[in-house]
Order: sequence, then C-alpha cells, then structure tokens
Amino acid sequence: MTTAALSIRNLHKQYDNGFKALKGVDLEVQPGDFFALLGPNGAGKSTTISVICSLVQKTSGDVRIFDIDIDQNFSLAKREIGVVPQEFNFNQFEKVFDIVRTQAGYFGLPASLAEERTEKYLKQLGLWDKRDQASRMLSGGMKRRLMIARALVHEPKLLILDEPTAGVDIELRRSMWQFLKEINARGTTIILTTHYLEEAESLCRNVAIIDRGKIVQNTSTRELLRKLSREVFIFDTKEEIDDLPSIAGYSGQLIDSHSFEVEVEKNQSLNEIFTTLTEQNIHVVSMRNKANRLEELFVSMVESHGNESVGEKGKS
Amino acid sequence: MSFQEQRIAFTTIVVKEVRRFTRIWLQTLLPPAITIALYFVIFGTLIGPRIGEMSGFSYIEFVVPGLIMMSVITNSYSNVVSSFYGTKFQRSVEELLVSPVPNYIILTGYVVGGVARGLAVGLIVTCLSLFFTDLQVSHVVITVAIVFLTAVLFSLAGFINAVYANSFDDISIVPTFVLTPLTYLGGVFYSISMLPEFWQGVSQANPILYMVNTFRYGLLGVSDINVAWAFTMVIGFCILLYSYSLYLLGHAKKLRN
Repeated sequence: MTTAALSIRNLHKQYDNGFKALKGVDLEVQPGDFFALLGPNGAGKSTTISVICSLVQKTSGDVRIFDIDIDQNFSLAKREIGVVPQEFNFNQFEKVFDIVRTQAGYFGLPASLAEERTEKYLKQLGLWDKRDQASRMLSGGMKRRLMIARALVHEPKLLILDEPTAGVDIELRRSMWQFLKEINARGTTIILTTHYLEEAESLCRNVAIIDRGKIVQNTSTRELLRKLSREVFIFDTKEEIDDLPSIAGYSGQLIDSHSFEVEVEKNQSLNEIFTTLTEQNIHVVSMRNKANRLEELFVSMVESHGNESVGEKGKS
Repeated sequence: MSFQEQRIAFTTIVVKEVRRFTRIWLQTLLPPAITIALYFVIFGTLIGPRIGEMSGFSYIEFVVPGLIMMSVITNSYSNVVSSFYGTKFQRSVEELLVSPVPNYIILTGYVVGGVARGLAVGLIVTCLSLFFTDLQVSHVVITVAIVFLTAVLFSLAGFINAVYANSFDDISIVPTFVLTPLTYLGGVFYSISMLPEFWQGVSQANPILYMVNTFRYGLLGVSDINVAWAFTMVIGFCILLYSYSLYLLGHAKKLRN
C-alpha cells in the first residue's frame, strides 16, 4: 500500500471570532497526483492549505504529509512541501535572485547548490533576465512565477498552489499549465485550488469540492464529469438558418442565423442530432460546449449542498 | 534539520538582515552618526566646558559613554522592530514560517541582525567621539560584555514589539514614548547623584540607567550603580525576553492566523 502524499482526517478550524472555517475535512491525495481543490470564496480552501503548511494553527484533526504527522515532526513534513500562496508574500524591495536564493538557505541548501537551483528555476520560469531587478518591478504574472520558483527551489515532493493563475493572461496561463504538467510528470504531487474550472478539468486527475468547510465531493475528474446529466452544445452551421432545426426528442434554441444550441441528456446520442441535421441538409462546421462542463457540475453541487445546509438549519 | 542545515539557515537570516541595513545605510547608519555627532558638538564642545566636571571627568568624557550606549540601544531595537514588522506587513514572514527552520534559529538570526546594527552604529559613534575627546577603556571585558548584552536585550524587545504591532504607528510608539524618555533619564547626560534623594530612588527603577552606568564604568571606571547587580539584571531580562519571544514565535496568533 502506497503512502498518501497528503492525508487529512477530521480537520477542524475555528477562528478567534467564532467562525468555523473547517468542519471536519477528510482528504487524501496520492503521490504523483495532480489534484484540484475547488470551492467558492470562503469555502475553506485557503484555510486548509494554510493548516498544511503551518500558517494557520488547526483546532483539531490529523494532517500527514507522506505519512509524517505534522503534530509529531512538522519540521520534517515541511521539507516535503512547496507552497505558492494566493497573495504575493515576498519582500518587494529584494532582488528576484535573492528571494529564491534566501528561501533555499532557509531549507538548509549549501551555497553552491542553492545558487545552482536558483538559476535553474529562474531560467525554467523565464525570470533569469530579471534576476537583478527588485521584485516590485515585476509584472503580476512574473511575480506569480517568482513564487513558483521560490516554492520549487528545495525540490519538494508536494507542491501546493493556491490559485496560481489568478489575474494571469491566457497565454501565460497556458505556459504555466505546461510547466506544471512537466513538474507533475517528473513525479511531483501537485495540489491546486482554482476558480478557473477549465484549469482543473484540463490539468487535474482528481478533484475535491469543498463548501462551507466540508468536502462535498472527492473523486476523479473523469468520474465527476460522468455525473453530469445534461450538457448544452452549440452548433455553428455553414448555411444560414431562419428557425431552430427540428430534432425529435431534443430541445434547444436559435442563437443567431448561423448557430443554435441543443440540450443533450446523458442517455441521448449526438449521432441522432447529426443524422437529423444531415437529412435536413444542414452542415455543421463546428460544435462546442456552451459552458465549461465542470463549472456546470460545480455550480449544481454547491447549490444542492447549500440547499441541504439551509434544510438542516430549518430542522434545528 | 541537521546541525549543518540549521547553521546554513541561521547564516542566511543573518546575511539577509545585515544586507538589509547596509543596503539602506542612508536611513540606518548615517542618521544616528549625524545626530550623535551633533550631541558631541553641542553638549561636549559648546555647553560642556560651562558645565564643568562630572564625577571627576570633563563633561564630554562623561557624556560619550552614555551617547554610545544610547545609539546602541536605539539602533538594535529599531533594526529588529522595523525588519520583523516589515516581513509581517509584506507577509514575507511566511517564507520562514513554511520552512523547516526551528523558531530559535529564526529568533537568534533576527537578534544577531539587531546586534550587528547596534554594534555597527556604536562603533561609528565611538570613532566620531575620538574627534572630540580621548577615550580610555578601564575594563575591556565589562565594556564589551555590557554593550553586547544591551544590544541583545533591545533586539529582543524590538522583536516582541514587532510581533504585537498591527501598524507602523505601533512600532514607533514604544521608541518614542518609552525608550527615548527612559534613555534620556537613564543617566546619559548626568550623574544621578545630582538628583534629590527621592528622584535618585525613582531613577533606579529605570533599567537603562544600569546599562549606561555599567558601560561608563567599563570606560571611565566610575558608576552610580552596582555593576554586578546590573549584569545580573541584564542577563535575567535577556533570558526572560528570549523565552517570551520564542513562545510568541510558536504560538502568536498574529503570526499564524
């Protein structure tokens, strides 16, 4: 049996103002996984991450990193973790090189190795040319990459990223995805929280959804998407169309003179749609999902959990 | 962490701290040198001769040890309070908190940074004083020990202030309203034997009096207080503040919530 990269059991966190951020979180992430922790604002994602890397003290529960209990040997557990927080948390007046080099020193890396690794990760993240600049001079995307370089400099086995691509433009986001995929392919377990569900869908093999301090779903991305009972597809046509094509058993609506959308239930087939359209001499030039599939599922799950919570409150 | 890794982490913190105050030397090293030089000119050269002797020494000779000590106290305190509060404010303290560096290494690293600045400014001021008077050192070990312990003590005090501070106002309140009055009334400019008996008693409740007088004893060989008692008190406070700082680093909700 393999040791989990991260194992959380019955984790609770209550802040001084009485707010219960975590209400018994259970979570397990396997080594080598690319794992997404999803949830709306205030759901408990950042608190969970902060407890794992000791920025917040838990109220109760067990957290193990590669089977190292953080209550028993947090120092050892921390060596296995690299963390990229949501907010920029480096000295704005320090040089880019110094920030990464200093972090290597905090992890006890000898000077030559620390400098070698600093160069390696600044180059991999396209920041080597900026190494002598004060960090405040970097763009938002560069600052995010700087935090990733800093988190990787001690080569952790578990990399935790809290909304790493927030505020990053599409091109840079794609290049960061590629970089993270490569890091993961080399064996680093990655956990990320994100608001971009497209990011989770394209990167992560497993997903947990947290809402109001509880995990409401924890499964593989593929399995989760399988639960989607209905999808809406948009069809773009070659010919101009005046009305929604009639397709028996399917509902939909006309969007404009060259496109329409159709709702497809889980037990229905797209072949039927294409057959009917061909019979009507309508040629489809492209087809796409109306919304991100995971996003639809996420919204429905969080909404249903919200309703349950309200129901529970009503009973008490 | 192994001993070797702890040594590397400690050196990293100290180098970072020393680099910080030397990088901004115009804010950290030059102003105290100018301020104290002005004290030398005004109190030593212009007003001093009219005051006459104090405890058997010319006024400039009497006031130099106090002014050196004042610069050590102020700078060791302000280095740690501004540096550590700065890391809290910018959240770069998280770099340390997520790393495996033991808390005692973090604390000692910051204290050594504060001591380095305190001693650097003390040395600059001492060199400047040589333009105004000849310095004698009566007890080398006592002189070095008290200046070092004082720098440690006020670095620790600065660290505690930084942990509790919620704003930049909070890091200037203690130096302005506590440290400066205690220093000025701590026998820097006068011997407490000049005070009425009641105020002599009150002055003895001021811990800075003991440090200034012990340092003066080290240089000039005269003191208003018992030197052994002064060392006991300073070492005791160092142990107390170090223990409390360590507790705060491990448990303070202002750092880990």
